[in-house]
Amino acid sequence: MNAEWQAVWLTFKLASTTTLILLIIGTPIAWWLARSRHWLTKPVAALVALPLVLPPTVLGFYLLLLLGPQGPVGRLTESLGLGTLPFTFEGLVLASVLYSLPFTVQPLQNAFENVSGRMLEVAATLRATPWDRFFTVAIPLARSGFLTAAVLSFAHTIGEFGVVLMIGGNIPGETRVLSVAIYDQVETLQYDNAHWLAAGMLVFAFSVLMCLYLINGRMTRGEQHDL
Amino acid sequence: MTSDNRIHIQLCKHLGAFALDVDLTLPDRGVSVLFGPSGCGKTTLLRCIAGLTRADGVLTMNGEVWQDDRKFLPVHQRPLAYVFQETSLFPHLSVQQNLTYGYRRVPANERHVSLDQATEWLGLQTLLARMPDRLSGGERQRVAVARALLTSPRLLLMDEPLSALDEASKRDILPYLDQLHARLAIPVLYVTHSRDELARVADHVVLMDQGRILATGGLADTLTRLDLPGSQDEDTGVVVEATIAERDREWHLARADFSGGQLWVKDTGQALGSSIRLRILARDVSVALSVHDDHSILNTLPATVGERVPTGHPAMTLVKLMVGQTPVLSRLTALSASNLALEPGKRVWLQIKSVALLD
Repeated sequence: MNAEWQAVWLTFKLASTTTLILLIIGTPIAWWLARSRHWLTKPVAALVALPLVLPPTVLGFYLLLLLGPQGPVGRLTESLGLGTLPFTFEGLVLASVLYSLPFTVQPLQNAFENVSGRMLEVAATLRATPWDRFFTVAIPLARSGFLTAAVLSFAHTIGEFGVVLMIGGNIPGETRVLSVAIYDQVETLQYDNAHWLAAGMLVFAFSVLMCLYLINGRMTRGEQHDL
Repeated sequence: MTSDNRIHIQLCKHLGAFALDVDLTLPDRGVSVLFGPSGCGKTTLLRCIAGLTRADGVLTMNGEVWQDDRKFLPVHQRPLAYVFQETSLFPHLSVQQNLTYGYRRVPANERHVSLDQATEWLGLQTLLARMPDRLSGGERQRVAVARALLTSPRLLLMDEPLSALDEASKRDILPYLDQLHARLAIPVLYVTHSRDELARVADHVVLMDQGRILATGGLADTLTRLDLPGSQDEDTGVVVEATIAERDREWHLARADFSGGQLWVKDTGQALGSSIRLRILARDVSVALSVHDDHSILNTLPATVGERVPTGHPAMTLVKLMVGQTPVLSRLTALSASNLALEPGKRVWLQIKSVALLD
């Protein structure tokens, strides 16, 4: 079972790291997509949404080429003495961030679009600078969007398989996450172990989504009172 | 800096087919009301002054430049406060947190209004811990006004602050606004399309139509100008500033003295000597050549006929009459005006059927 716990821990570490990075880079992207009228918002929105429709293997394949020793990014990381990213935990984080990006950006963008411009104007007439308005008005009013974004990104990262297989492989303690471990066990006909992990994930996924809907339902009801 | 303590506004803004083109100087105290029909650009002008909408032009306040060719002071750096038309409280903050939002962002040595003062002025003592969704419409707007005042603004902008409220809420908030008028030594720019609000709060009137200023001036002068659009409306009339001078306890009446005469009005409990505003609608004023006492009308005043204009309907005419220095309008049929031979300078008697006490 030790190898299985290692896979659980690695998955948790990967999902947390990915979610944290996604919230940091997803927030400004979502804000820009929600507020700007620049023509570039459309192509950028399409780019961000790509992982929703592409087979994960396509994303993994191109990342492998890009990051591998022959790829431009791979050459750069090697010349910097960092080695190449494929088949490392860092490489897996990078792939997960790209793969789960729409699950962060889209809920945040929706939430920011629902923050009325009037509230930001009010804050401006009350002497708040643009940054101040963002942190004291936009973020608190978009809080349900942040919760949704964090939960979906976390859960989606846990559930990924194709990208991991392409770019991470199956190195215990480094890239062997839950979904790969389950695949492995089924391949080698260890159905008992596979059940143990698979059922655990099922319960986990259901509980997370259930909590999300409950909390979001409460928040939305709270906001309706405000109108 | 210069000793010019007025507000100069010279702004230009095109929004599709609509063009705002304004060149205006406002006094540095008192309530200036931007008055005009919906869509005439009142709110746009207010937003441009606040910096919420970017317009071309020059804006100076007490000689300090807020905007010109090279400079555009962003909203949060302009020492103004803005009260919006509909509820604008932050839903995620309590009343107290809403009130201190702007207050905390003003340097301590620039604060002229304390939290206790603002709370007392607008009667918010019992509401501080509540969330905005637990307030009535009138209460929310009172919180919004207090929150605006707590930034110690040098200019207060109010965009139809009462229009989203029902009649009861309006009556609830108006006395608070009247008091502010006396307490604040800052200019207030108040947007409305309601003649009632105009008559009640204005010291100075800016009449707007289709993005342009039609006229500016004192309340009495502007309301009695017959050449302006709206002067021929059904509810056109004048506002008279008066003082309560005597009380008739038996009949529950009060005598209001004004420059040129006196009027008996319903006694609403104002102290002797207090200033009030009276509104006299043109349709409630009739004209006679001699005094009679065989009718029910209480207020009869001597007056001199002034200019006369036709109204929208050929049967009706509008006459300006001077009671001492105070102008009063009368709306009567062209036939009556002709029968009475109402020529400028003629001495007549006014019979005033109804006088509305505004505050």
